[in-house]
Amino acid sequence: MGPVNGRETALAALFLLPSIVVFVVFAYRPFLNIVYWGTFESRRNGSYHESVGLAQYREQLASEDFREGLWHSLQFVLLTVPTGVVFGVLLAVVAHRRLKGIKVFQAIFSSTLASSVAVTSAVFFYLFNPVVGLIPVDWLQDPDRAMAAVAIPSIWQNLGLSFVIVLAGLQAVPDEVIEAATLDGYGPVRRLLRITLPLISPVLLFLLVVLVIFGMQVFAQVDILTGGGPIGATETAVFKINRLNRPDNIGIGAVYSVGLFGVTLLITALQFLILERRVHYAR
Amino acid sequence: MASVTFDRVSKRFDDVVAVDQLDLAIGDGEFMVLLGPSGCGKTTALRMIAGLEAISDGTLSIGDRVVNDVEPARRDVSMVFQSYALYPHMSVARNIESPLIVRKYHVDGPDGPERKLTKAERRARVDEAARVLDLTPYLDRKPAALSGGQRQRVALARAFVGRPQAFLMDEPLSNLDAKLRAQTRIELVDLHRRVETTVVYVTHDQVEAMTMATRMAVMSMGRLQQVGTPHEVYEAPANLFVAQFVGTPPMNTLAGTVTTAGGGPAVLVGESRFPVPPGLVTRLEEGRPVVVGARPEHLTLADGGPIVAKVRAVEWLGHERLVAATVGDAAIVVRQPGTGPEASGATVGLTVDPAHVHVFDPDTTARLP
Repeated sequence: MGPVNGRETALAALFLLPSIVVFVVFAYRPFLNIVYWGTFESRRNGSYHESVGLAQYREQLASEDFREGLWHSLQFVLLTVPTGVVFGVLLAVVAHRRLKGIKVFQAIFSSTLASSVAVTSAVFFYLFNPVVGLIPVDWLQDPDRAMAAVAIPSIWQNLGLSFVIVLAGLQAVPDEVIEAATLDGYGPVRRLLRITLPLISPVLLFLLVVLVIFGMQVFAQVDILTGGGPIGATETAVFKINRLNRPDNIGIGAVYSVGLFGVTLLITALQFLILERRVHYAR
Repeated sequence: MASVTFDRVSKRFDDVVAVDQLDLAIGDGEFMVLLGPSGCGKTTALRMIAGLEAISDGTLSIGDRVVNDVEPARRDVSMVFQSYALYPHMSVARNIESPLIVRKYHVDGPDGPERKLTKAERRARVDEAARVLDLTPYLDRKPAALSGGQRQRVALARAFVGRPQAFLMDEPLSNLDAKLRAQTRIELVDLHRRVETTVVYVTHDQVEAMTMATRMAVMSMGRLQQVGTPHEVYEAPANLFVAQFVGTPPMNTLAGTVTTAGGGPAVLVGESRFPVPPGLVTRLEEGRPVVVGARPEHLTLADGGPIVAKVRAVEWLGHERLVAATVGDAAIVVRQPGTGPEASGATVGLTVDPAHVHVFDPDTTARLP
């Protein structure tokens, strides 16, 4: 970089202004609002709010209810993310070859990306129906299995995203490197594990981080499939936040939101800290 | 070490014929260069040896073994790719070691059983390859931390470490700058002399072919045009394609007609008269249309010479000059040492040594013997 003069700085600021405005108006300021709201406790069924400083944060973030919500969200993440990454890689590897008509399969495999959570959930709601469903299991009513039943539609729905991202990664791997590995005697499995996956590791890290963040925010699936039940077994963090967000009590939901943000940030940071050293960024 | 033999080998991609009935016997220990313009089928031919392309027709043998249906890794060949195809996530040492980890080798003599190398044996081979190619200081680095020339040597070391029956090289010098390329050409020839392994080398650069090949195979449009030593190909090109592809600047070729008037057969191009080579056994009838060829260095500027040319431009290169001129309608280039007085627009005379004149049939494009 050459020396930056005042004129260039002003110009840079001008170009940055639109995105700064958007972020401030739609992200940073609302976030600060929520942090601020978390300092107010509701009195007399919401007839007024009293500022209690960080006391409400200490109380609510340590509560059984918040930790339960986090644990349920984490369960959902553990159920959906590893399977999502593995199935995404498998599908992409299968579809990454030069065959006639392969584009049809690529389109099919990525199509779940285009369906909404609501539609997916409704479809699986009927698939899981104990009487008329194609998979007549009673999991949605079983506290031990309800979370798995909520996770399955999401695994299915995430497949499209995982597939598209991994396939894009695979397509960026030079053919010659794979051919060199073939000549070096690497069989298909070893080639995948030793050459291909390390080469697409940045893509896999990205996918992992995105899926974990999506998973920590799970809400609509729960709301549609189980309504948080049975006996609260699928009440995830965002589900609880949604329930707590009432005009007469704005504080606790805000605290939960900030708490969830903090935990998600921590998990994401840990993923980068632990995995980034093992990720190879091609140059 | 082994020979590589193409016996009427063809490769078709749908309805495109990439290699058309290739017959080529590459001898044990030979440095064979497949030379041709892009799309001529040379890389496809090389990839068929490696097993990276299936063979549509014909028989391909490495040594005595027909390898048409043999897996790439079991053909005992190694390949250096144009992009080097190093594994970017592995250190130089791991890159070089890579073929030794998975494959089995006849370590205990050619008749002994195949086995995998021990860790110590692998280490010794990597060290040796690194030493030969001056890579020892870089063994712990990643390829991204190396220069282009060093990466190229890592690719060579990886190809060399398994002591394969044949090295296959696909334009390995094309990503190097001109100076390094010239230097690496010499190193490759030296390496070949030391390891005495069969090399099949693909290039579109006729300088690489001329300087490194023990024999070269010139290809065009999927067909083999000529096989021979660089000398043979240069001195006696089989046809017009080879004549014009090998040599810079290319051979001058001019359409003319045979005349027997005025002292022995000659080729008339407009008012210019080219002598025919003394050894020509083909009988040339009066009036037969032919194409006459002469390399730029075999033409000499001489006042009153039998070839009349009009100078278009002179390129001075220091040790020599290239005089671009026209004879009739045909553009030619004359290579002359040092500087000269020619000015563009001037009419000059040229002479040519009959021994270096080539006569081609305009229909078959073949050189007349």
